Amino acid sequence: MRDVRLLEAPFDPEAAVAAFAAVHPAAGGVASFVGKVRPDDGVEALELSHYERLTLAGFETLADTALARWPLDGLLILHRTGRMTPGDPIVLVAAASRHRRAALEAVDFAMDHLKSDAWLWKRELRAGTWHWIEPRSEDHTDLARW
Amino acid sequence: MVAVKLVFLGKLADLAGAPDKDVAGPLDWAGLLAALPGPLGEAARGERVKLAVNGVILAEKTAVAARDGDEIALLPPVSGG
Repeated sequence: MRDVRLLEAPFDPEAAVAAFAAVHPAAGGVASFVGKVRPDDGVEALELSHYERLTLAGFETLADTALARWPLDGLLILHRTGRMTPGDPIVLVAAASRHRRAALEAVDFAMDHLKSDAWLWKRELRAGTWHWIEPRSEDHTDLARW
Repeated sequence: MVAVKLVFLGKLADLAGAPDKDVAGPLDWAGLLAALPGPLGEAARGERVKLAVNGVILAEKTAVAARDGDEIALLPPVSGG
């Protein structure tokens, strides 16, 4: 089961994982990762913009790829757009499976893709000025793991 | 007005001064560049900027062809989630 959503408002990752786990009572395990706005580098706010015609469709394709590759009971991807402040959750990926390795690997795989080739554009507010964030080479190196 | 809608993503929206712009169609590569003054046109020519027409990424952006009612998105490199 695939549950993929773009969210414009703050969300509660712990509650989302609990709800996801409740939907998959037969799974032997649930792995999850929560990414948050790092409270460092003088970042006052972070803004993610997306493109309606590509971003969610790209997430759905990514989820389908993970579901085809690992024996999962379910996969959850929640991703924020819009303006966030340090400490705010940006992304939640959770996977439910019969055995742990499939869920752990699927979450790692999905995060590496979300960090490198998702259709998202990011800018940070530092000292009152917005700065667009360029792609990091590490993000592309991470993709080569898969 | 029926037109070709240009959508600017990421820092291209800053260069354009707006998230989108309507341009009379039909539009090919030369027509698109003519509608993108100054640094925006330069950015569009850059090899890291991709084009999508109605949500489909073009393998060769100079082959772009859009009619009134179509949407062309200008996509700079993504920065990741």
